[in-house]
Amino acid sequence: MDESISSLDKRIELMRQHMDGMTQVVPWARETGFKVTRVERGQVWGVQPFAEHLVGDVDAQVIHGGAITTLLDNLSGMACAASLEEFRFVATLDLRIDYMRPADSGRDIIGEAECYHVTKSVAFTRAWAYHDSRDKVIATAQGAFAINKPRPKASLGVPE
Amino acid sequence: MSETLSRGQQLEGFLKRVPIVQTLGMRCDIKGDDMTTVLPFQDKLIGNFTIKALHGGAIGTFLEMTAMAQLFLVSDVERPARTINITVDYLRQGKAEDLYGRARVIKLGRRMASVTAEAWQSERDKPVAALHGHFLLNRSGEQSG
Repeated sequence: MDESISSLDKRIELMRQHMDGMTQVVPWARETGFKVTRVERGQVWGVQPFAEHLVGDVDAQVIHGGAITTLLDNLSGMACAASLEEFRFVATLDLRIDYMRPADSGRDIIGEAECYHVTKSVAFTRAWAYHDSRDKVIATAQGAFAINKPRPKASLGVPE
Repeated sequence: MSETLSRGQQLEGFLKRVPIVQTLGMRCDIKGDDMTTVLPFQDKLIGNFTIKALHGGAIGTFLEMTAMAQLFLVSDVERPARTINITVDYLRQGKAEDLYGRARVIKLGRRMASVTAEAWQSERDKPVAALHGHFLLNRSGEQSG
């Protein structure tokens, strides 16, 4: 396996260098337009800019919860990648999202995800979506990710 | 809201106006209070290029809309319900094919409803994902906040 992604610290550094690339190679992330903004060990932050094509409530002009699902699902998966000592692909087993309050129209949504526990085969995550701070969340998420067996051509999803 | 439009027609009219539904390219096939939703495959719905899998976020959005649509169909509220929470189980990899969805309202209360939904591709009994969610009904005259 590539030395640079087999070691966690090097992988985190690689993720930091390719924050734009990590979403550019995911077509649905490109469609929703969210960006990764910060990577720490076991934690990833991102932002979903307000976009008219994602609106779910026409009267209130608020982004649909599905865009928050996309943001928190993806960031949670990345938080697993920033947490596993050895690189593995992860796949969402389940994701629960609680909507605390509607997002404000026209404002960016910040997403924050952390992988807080890892077993041999499962990684557990929680995530938050908010405008300003975690004191006033729009939504919270709780997820479980299956850790796949190593594959021969492991990649971070980072373009060559 | 117009008295002459059926619940299904109201729903179709509503879905046409929702940008995220158009962005997904989602359609629905309504027969009375029975509905199947369809998410025709498009490249932009992909989450992982190497294995050509649908993005979990796209599947989740589709299932949430399917649940909301079915709830609208069987209830008498004027505006679509608001999501309280959803849990999505990802059961199989979503392939680069059309995705279908169906939902069932488990309980329709005065203020809240419990709904399940399933998405599948070529085989109905091999679901790709399943959703369970609670929704807040938007009753007219009640505060929507």
